[in-house]
Amino acid sequence: MLVVACIKQVPDTTQVKIDPDTGTLIREGVPFILNPFDVHALEESLRLKDKYGLRATVISMGPPNTEVTLRKALARGADQTVLLSDRAFGGADTLATSMVLASAIRRLSQAEEVALVICGQQTIDGDTAQVGPGIATRLGYAQLTLVDCIEYVDLPARKVKVRRKLRGRHEVIEAPLPALITVTREINRLRYPTVPMRLMAEEAAITLWDNQKMGLDEATIGLKGSATQVRRIFSPERARGEILGDGANEPEKAAQLLLGKLIEKDLLYL
Amino acid sequence: MSPDIVLFAVVIVAATALFGWSCFRRFRLITLGRDEDRFDKIGERLKNTLVYAFGQRRVLRRPFGINHVVLYWSFLILFLANAEFVLHGLFPAYVSLSRLPTGLYYTLAFIFDLASLLALLAVLVALSRRLFLPPPHIEARSRDSFVILSLVAVLMIAFFGVHASEIAQGTEAAARFMPVSALVAAAFMSGAPLDSLVGAAGFFWWLHALVLLGFLNYLPYSKHLHILTAIPNCYFRRLDNVKTQSREEFTAGNTYGVERVEQFTWKDLFDSYSCTECGRCSDACPATFTGKPLDPRLVVHDIKANLLKNGSQIKNKTDRVLPLIGGGQVGSVSEEVIWECTTCGACVEECPVFIEQYPRIIDMRRHLVEMQARFPDDLSTLFENMEQRSNPWGMAPAERTKWTADMSIRPFEAGKTEYLFFIGCAGALSARSRETTRSIARILDAAGISWGILGRDELCCGDSVRRLGNEFVFDRMAEENIKLFTEKGITRMITQCPHCFSSFHDDYRQYGLELEVVHHTELISRLLKESRLKLNHTVDLGNVVFHDSCYLGRYHQIYEAPREIVASVTGRAPIEMERHHSRSFCCGGGGGHMWMEEHVGKLINVARIEQALEKDPATICVSCPYCMTMLEDGLKDKNADDKVRVLDVAEIVARAL
Repeated sequence: MLVVACIKQVPDTTQVKIDPDTGTLIREGVPFILNPFDVHALEESLRLKDKYGLRATVISMGPPNTEVTLRKALARGADQTVLLSDRAFGGADTLATSMVLASAIRRLSQAEEVALVICGQQTIDGDTAQVGPGIATRLGYAQLTLVDCIEYVDLPARKVKVRRKLRGRHEVIEAPLPALITVTREINRLRYPTVPMRLMAEEAAITLWDNQKMGLDEATIGLKGSATQVRRIFSPERARGEILGDGANEPEKAAQLLLGKLIEKDLLYL
Repeated sequence: MSPDIVLFAVVIVAATALFGWSCFRRFRLITLGRDEDRFDKIGERLKNTLVYAFGQRRVLRRPFGINHVVLYWSFLILFLANAEFVLHGLFPAYVSLSRLPTGLYYTLAFIFDLASLLALLAVLVALSRRLFLPPPHIEARSRDSFVILSLVAVLMIAFFGVHASEIAQGTEAAARFMPVSALVAAAFMSGAPLDSLVGAAGFFWWLHALVLLGFLNYLPYSKHLHILTAIPNCYFRRLDNVKTQSREEFTAGNTYGVERVEQFTWKDLFDSYSCTECGRCSDACPATFTGKPLDPRLVVHDIKANLLKNGSQIKNKTDRVLPLIGGGQVGSVSEEVIWECTTCGACVEECPVFIEQYPRIIDMRRHLVEMQARFPDDLSTLFENMEQRSNPWGMAPAERTKWTADMSIRPFEAGKTEYLFFIGCAGALSARSRETTRSIARILDAAGISWGILGRDELCCGDSVRRLGNEFVFDRMAEENIKLFTEKGITRMITQCPHCFSSFHDDYRQYGLELEVVHHTELISRLLKESRLKLNHTVDLGNVVFHDSCYLGRYHQIYEAPREIVASVTGRAPIEMERHHSRSFCCGGGGGHMWMEEHVGKLINVARIEQALEKDPATICVSCPYCMTMLEDGLKDKNADDKVRVLDVAEIVARAL
């Protein structure tokens, strides 16, 4: 049985700036990283592999250089990877993305039963948190979002019990398999790849599925299949507040300034 | 005096055979280690052997070392005496001192007599020190020590016994030249009947013979194996300073680091045979000093014990009796110990016979990181950040130029700028060390140096990951840096951080990078000497205590440059702490410890600050950003940061511009 982790390679948004004139992202020279939430989805799938003997499969939709990220997944212990890459998939919003990912998972399940699909709770570039639930909807799987602990998977009984992290409380629920889980960063600590595994991953074959193989209706994928159209990208205006002092270089002065402000506004209760 | 020759021949043959067999068993295990070439530069090696083995230079660095020198040289001399003793016993008609020309005979008799006395005295001093003074180290009162010292004492007493009884019989022609033996004869044997004198001579002769042969056969099974191995160990020492690790080759099917004792090189194994358990490395080690389980002497001892325990299993390729890592008993090194080393190099610096202790710890770290992916949790983030962002904090590359804020700093351009000022991660990203960076920039400008920076393109040198055993990531980082340096046409480099300095100076040389690298303290000292940098006035910083960086000092012998600078700026030489120069005590930040918490014992940086505070400083002067952070933290811990400040050498100079 399979556990499928869906991962995405994203621009390192902490290094992305927006061109004030054109309102577009300056992508030049910005390195790509594995979405920090997806790292934990990958790790959780590997833990389920270790614990329940599931075969860990990693899929990612993206440009051909996504291969680099998939190799990192192999180095950490994934059994197989599938790269979903085709010009027709490009420009996709969350709807069109979940369409491709869902049909890839359906294809995988034709060869081997899928027990669980695991996604990161959201990506740091779009921050919508919609792709995971979108996949679940399209596949008709139970969806368990914001999970910070998988308590158990009962394969014979086709059940999974998880804990969801909600604002100020936890929710523990049981769901039937197959299910889709989106995970928070607290769910696990990452493992580190050994050198022999890294070297193996560097040489490993990455399965590529393009649309010729997938055969999806081009009207439902990529830019054409997207329900969202970007009209403008801009930095939000700072509505209120001010930056006090130079905390990075003169932390003591900045702290003093802040303290003064707080006292002045009578916001300190001693 | 001649014994029963047949009986003696039988004893000699048996004892020598047993000794030979023991040595064969011991030394055959050394050949299980990996290859390593230590057979080059014979002339230089012989010179080292003369200076360090026969000249005992490192032994003499401790006052008590003189006792060892006396014993050692007495032994060398008495080796001749004992050779004569054995050969004379076997072939009395052919070999005898008395067959030599009279002058030589008398001279040797005198020298042997005196050497025996010195050896006996040295042994008595060593015994008294162990019995009556606080033990210099924990193993000083071991059974092994007392057995060997007693054997030597008895051997010397027997020597005097033999010769005194011969003198008393009037059969020793050199009696006049053997004052000690003559004294013993006069004191204990005068007037004794001839019978008992002959009996005494026989008794002492056999006592001498048996103790000598017993001693010989005890050696291979005790720490006194060093009598056989220490001299060759000095010959085979690393000729350069120990300051880098060997490269690893990353191809499928290889293993990385050391998990099994035979993955060490033959020389590493030979090191373990050469340890006398003198404990000097333990005294020098900051981890041992602060009460952590790491003791470099025990690491070496564990390697030896593991080899002896597993020897036949390794040869027969059967399962090990004891793992090298994590076996929980003597002969096995715990993971905790492996992670406690700061790679400060104090152990290697101290060892009188050039054992390389801490590099073996890095070998084992390599196994844990590269083969097992096992390391302290603190390091997960560090390793990720280094790989993803090429700096320890995972900060964005754009942050690297923040320190330049209101300064006009040029990018490095080959042909237009002479030096690359390599800022380093701390110098560019840590708020405190940015001050040092800015000071260096001002100094370079004041001296009219042509320099530029890489700005956001600069990458981490990878020092920490290499010392932490993550050689794979280091290898990738090194390749990237070399590509960058080559593209940019960099040939001369100034570094702020001693760790960058050491990395580019030595680690990168293994990759064929031949840069002229200079640490800022060396450059500033040179600029001052050449009067290219002129100070406007002296600066009063109160009592200035200087703290040596391990990677500048012990790794590269840069001790005087920073001190001379401080002296020029303040008008007087800095105050030395009790541990300084090659004996300096680590700040606790090296070997990747900058990024790890200390969970056991006292904090190393606090221990160092306490040593500094003993000298009542107003300023502690450092030359490394790690030392800066560690010592500032130490001051806060001691609530002394309002009275004492830590300044980099460059900051001190900038105040005088």
